[in-house]
Amino acid sequence: MNSHLRKDLERLKLQIMKVAIGVEENVRKSVEALRELSVKKAEEVIEADLEIDKLEVDTEEECLKILALHQPVASDLRFVITVLKINNELEHIGDMAANIAKRVIFLRDAPPAKIPFDIEKMSKQTLSMLKSAIDAFVRYDELKAIKVCEDDEDVDDENRQCYANVKSIISANPDCAMAQINYLLVSKSFERIADLCTNIAEDIIYMKHSVIIRHNLKNAEQKLSGSSLEEAGDWD
Amino acid sequence: MEMSPNYHPPKEFAISAKDFSVFYGSFHAVKNVNMDFERGKVTAIIGPSGCGKSTFLRCINRMNDLVENCRTEGLLAFDGIDIYHKRLDVAELRRRIGMVFQRPNPFPKSIYENVAYGVRLKGVRKKAILDEIVENSLRRAALWDEVKDRLSSNALGMSGGQQQRLCIARALAIKPCVLLMDEPCSALDPKSTARIEDLIAELSGEYTIAIVTHNMQQAARVSDNTAFFYEGRLVEFGTTSQIFTNPKNKATNDYITGRFG
Repeated sequence: MNSHLRKDLERLKLQIMKVAIGVEENVRKSVEALRELSVKKAEEVIEADLEIDKLEVDTEEECLKILALHQPVASDLRFVITVLKINNELEHIGDMAANIAKRVIFLRDAPPAKIPFDIEKMSKQTLSMLKSAIDAFVRYDELKAIKVCEDDEDVDDENRQCYANVKSIISANPDCAMAQINYLLVSKSFERIADLCTNIAEDIIYMKHSVIIRHNLKNAEQKLSGSSLEEAGDWD
Repeated sequence: MEMSPNYHPPKEFAISAKDFSVFYGSFHAVKNVNMDFERGKVTAIIGPSGCGKSTFLRCINRMNDLVENCRTEGLLAFDGIDIYHKRLDVAELRRRIGMVFQRPNPFPKSIYENVAYGVRLKGVRKKAILDEIVENSLRRAALWDEVKDRLSSNALGMSGGQQQRLCIARALAIKPCVLLMDEPCSALDPKSTARIEDLIAELSGEYTIAIVTHNMQQAARVSDNTAFFYEGRLVEFGTTSQIFTNPKNKATNDYITGRFG
């Protein structure tokens, strides 16, 4: 039993959970800031993102240390590689929350405008994907991960709809172009968060089954059924 | 070996085991192993102590003939010839299948004589030919530059790593097809280990190499295929990259990740 490696892997899991919790919290707060057009909350989001950036670097260093010192293989290797990738994706999600916050600060000062997308619906879908992706990681739950990949389509549709709405609103009333562009950027940020959640979900499927399903979700289930799942690893 | 093949495995396999078992008295040390060693490739055999991996390796050139109470069942074939056939010329088998052991075991003779020894036994007498074989073998074993000026010195005066490379040169001198290595680096320092590993990489392609090692990273570095043995059984056999990234068997995963063994 290599207890040094076990301890380091445990610590790494706690570390990546810190990043995940921080990011989820920040996305949630950016949604509140958007809903209330609260500059105070938006500024808190931007401030907290700096902390997430630091955690991301710490986590990456921990991964590199484990790779260099223990040269993990098999399920341990896949775990460290997955953490390395998820860490990066979570940090990007954090950046998206900060982007939304920056748009909020702009929109707060702009004249009131028609909102080109359903904030409640889109933020709920995106947050639910983020929560599911993190849960899927904690529980090594590939079914949940596959569901996250499938849900991405809904957020993409919302973003496309937003784009069409923004186009017609600006055509009808060019004066509100700036506000509309900012709303479109917000919608795009949600869409990016959903994409990154999909990447996390794909990483989790790789971690559990060593199958790379990226770029081809349709074949994922077929590929997964070909890999021996039950005895493939110890996931405690 | 004058015998004709009595088993016809695909040409790409140099050694094949079919339901092969080894017993020490009533102890079933290797249990019904089925595996093929790809020609020109490096196959690593890993597993915890007492799993039967060395016993299995040593059967390939009949090293266990000297062990009392040791008997085998099933088939172990080299180029289709039953290694345990009654009429098999064991000395000839060992010329074709060389072996390098855990501790370097040079003869207490000169460096030159160590390499020339087996060649002389084969009947080669001409000095020019012997010289050429000695030089070539020492070069193949990445030792020539270090010893060319002291070929007549006693081999026991060399460092452990040099002695081990000398043993490899000695094995190569009689032009084997297969090299068996039983933990060839376990008595060596990291630098000598790296030299032996480089050598294995250079020799693969030309020779079929089977290596037993306790060092998992070494198996991952040097081999094309890896077999995991546990309690006498072959638990999993696959390409080294598959075994070390995605073992199909939980026991393999647990062993190579250090959860047991």
